[in-house]
Amino acid sequence: MTVQNAKQNAKLRAVFQWYRKQARSSTFGVALILLALCVVLTLLTDRFLTQTNLFSVMRAFSFIAIIAIGECMVIISGGVDLSVGSIFGFSGLIAAIALNRWGWSIPAGIAVGMAVGTGFGMVNGGLITKLRIPPFIATLGMLSVVRGLAYAITSGYPVRVPSEFNVLGQGYLGPVPYPVIYMAALALIFSVFLKKTVLGRRIYAIGGNEEASAISGIRVDRVKMLVYTLAGLLAGISGVISIARLGVAQSTAGLGWELDVVAAVIIGGASLSGGKGTILGAILGAAIMGVLRNGLVLLNVSPYWQQAVIGLVIIIAIAADQMRLRGDAAKN
Amino acid sequence: MSSLLEVRGLSKRFPGVQALSNVDFDVDSGEVVGLIGENGAGKSTLIKVLAGVHRADEGEIRLNGAPVTIQTPQDSFGLGISVIFQELNLVGNLSVAENIFLGRELRPAGILRSFLDFRRTAQRAQQLMQQAGLNCDPWLPVGELSLSRKQMVEVAKALSISSKIIIMDEPTSTLTGQETELLFEIIERLKKNGVAVVFVSHKLDEIFRMCDRLHVLRDGHHVGVTPTDQTNREELIRLMVGRDLGTLFVKQDAEISDTVLEARNLGSDKGIENVSFSLRKGEILGFAGLVGSGRTEVMRALFGIDKRTSGEIVIDGRPALIRNPTEAIAHGIGFVPEDRQVQGLVLGMDVRQNVTLASLRAVSSNGFLSDAREKHVTASFIEKLSIRTPGQEQVVVNLSGGNQQKVVVSKWLATTPRILILDEPTRGIDVGTKKEIHGLMSTLAGQGVAIIMISSELSEILAMSDRIVVMHEGRKKGELSRSEASQEKIMELALRESSQGVA
Ligand SMILES: Nc1ncnc2c1ncn2[C@@H]1O[C@H](COP(=O)(O)OP(=O)(O)OP(=O)(O)O)[C@@H](O)[C@H]1O
Ligand SMILES: [Mg+2]
Repeated sequence: MTVQNAKQNAKLRAVFQWYRKQARSSTFGVALILLALCVVLTLLTDRFLTQTNLFSVMRAFSFIAIIAIGECMVIISGGVDLSVGSIFGFSGLIAAIALNRWGWSIPAGIAVGMAVGTGFGMVNGGLITKLRIPPFIATLGMLSVVRGLAYAITSGYPVRVPSEFNVLGQGYLGPVPYPVIYMAALALIFSVFLKKTVLGRRIYAIGGNEEASAISGIRVDRVKMLVYTLAGLLAGISGVISIARLGVAQSTAGLGWELDVVAAVIIGGASLSGGKGTILGAILGAAIMGVLRNGLVLLNVSPYWQQAVIGLVIIIAIAADQMRLRGDAAKN
Repeated sequence: MSSLLEVRGLSKRFPGVQALSNVDFDVDSGEVVGLIGENGAGKSTLIKVLAGVHRADEGEIRLNGAPVTIQTPQDSFGLGISVIFQELNLVGNLSVAENIFLGRELRPAGILRSFLDFRRTAQRAQQLMQQAGLNCDPWLPVGELSLSRKQMVEVAKALSISSKIIIMDEPTSTLTGQETELLFEIIERLKKNGVAVVFVSHKLDEIFRMCDRLHVLRDGHHVGVTPTDQTNREELIRLMVGRDLGTLFVKQDAEISDTVLEARNLGSDKGIENVSFSLRKGEILGFAGLVGSGRTEVMRALFGIDKRTSGEIVIDGRPALIRNPTEAIAHGIGFVPEDRQVQGLVLGMDVRQNVTLASLRAVSSNGFLSDAREKHVTASFIEKLSIRTPGQEQVVVNLSGGNQQKVVVSKWLATTPRILILDEPTRGIDVGTKKEIHGLMSTLAGQGVAIIMISSELSEILAMSDRIVVMHEGRKKGELSRSEASQEKIMELALRESSQGVA
């Protein structure tokens, strides 16, 4: 065997080992499911695999995906945040009111929207760490409170935003819609945060074993406060971008989204018992649901049936992934 | 003549590890068979195959000469095998009684049979608990019990089934002397009743005392079987380790200088009262006492885990504010807790992430983790404590019990503490590594680290301590210097009923 050949072999082996390692991770499984879904839709419709359609699908799920980044961190830490849909709606609403009624500048409007999201996130964190209310209950309560506030301050009427603001949500960089760029940038930032920083490591640790983490010197309450605050912030950012995209803020915006967001994170390989999950997985999870919605529209499935089909596909996707992982474990 | 249980040519592979290769094993009715070997030798894996937790890749299991297949825990159970696993399998928020009868709940007859029979459950549980030497309310949640009491719940659970074979994976590693005696009585009784007992332990005295025959594993291979009375310590160690270990470790004298830590009248909400002691640089201070005597609770109060209700902590002559572990670590204290699975490890994380968890600052700059530094630190501990793992990325739940313990010890050594608290540091650790850990403690003391060691093994306390504090029912009962200490004196203090109240 020549040296060249040996080198080639070593390289092949490295690739193979990389593949084996990836194949055991659940992010890989999610990517496979997404790919399969895209292939099926490409074969079934000729409108799916077009640049315009793909980017519009991405824009459509980018709002959920941005919220899912925050939810993902909460779920990794062993908690859950059900108030993100309400915070998303309310933050957008306040930004719109600031721009429209109070005549604030665009940067100030954006800032106030983000600040409101962050503030509610901190309230969640406080309820959970100071008052020791279980996350499910605390954020369920906040879901209702924040939605109620949105109804109260608008009496249900929509609020328009100035058209100069719209470009932030409706513009394109080349063929890529701005919201998709925001999503990608935020996903990158928070992936690095989770995987490469001390704080990120601590989030995984407290989700994996809170008691052992505390004894290891991790201030568990502070880490929790941080993740809920970040979840609020990301819901706020998404809310602000969404009103720029739609040109109008509504008190019902994001109603029921918490379920889509949690589903995206779980499809993405996180576990509700904590300690596991990745941002990339959560984004892919959101993508699966977005592509599915788009596919059902392209296939002319009646809107009345879409909800049921989406639920079914989610269950099948997760079951398939579980079976794949279990099969792997059994082989070993 | 065929044995009750016979295993031939068993092999089991995990990714990156051949845990068992071509292993033979047998045990007969009315005998106690010891299963021994170093950490990671494959003892627990063999047991888990017999328990139906893992499936063997190859090999044959025979019961009374007839081949059987064990695919699930139910199969194993159905064949009359009951297992006390190394890592306890209890449901923390269920009561002792409920845990004992989990999956085999006692029910009333007749139309009420979907309900639980609480009275009978409590009665039966109480009987079994008494046999196992556990006196507490059968309705107490298991999560509130100490580790050793949890172990006794497991024993009671095993006794509740009339099985033909009982396998115990390191049951004594979490028990103190007295409780161990009780367990041995139980084992003798089982043996008399014709039950086959398989017993795993790293403590050779126990092995020599209890076992009729020994099977030795090394690196997943079966390297020998021998009647206990035809072998000796040295030969066994040679079989297990593959070389001579020499004499047991002898503690080196370290220079003992200034007082670094003073605990004054410590009290906590976990039932300790008025505990005072001091600790000096280079000193190893042993804490002895029975289970429930409050040794662990003193350390938890000192480390800021439990809430202190009274007293103060003085470090380097200045009062130290320690309200949580973070502040304790900031004062240079490290704490290897007693229950590695609950308090020591994040089981779902890998070896590297666990080793660096308490010293993330040291392996990062500006909040960003340095991969290279993490790898370097971890590699040095894998080498120093000979942690057996296919790599740093192995998830710790997949390590053998003793190797998990070494990861916890590494985590705390990585914080380079000035004061190191070790709560049962050599629990479940094999003879060779135990010697290494003792050597390490001695070296650290030589470098001026002050060490507190809790141990239920009196021989370990006596061998390693410069001074010994004896606890009884949440109070300090006395203190002995190295020269005056003896097994008898410690036991006398540990057992003696409270005679004088402490002011
Ligand atoms: N589920 C698993 N996945 C991967 N490797 C495993 C798994 N269980 C055990 N191993 C590996 O198999 C080997 C044997 O482990 P085992 O637990 O049987 O050792 P042991 O003899 O019981 O050691 P100890 O005295 O430390 O308890 C070890 O190298 C361990 O890392
Ligand atoms: Mg074991």
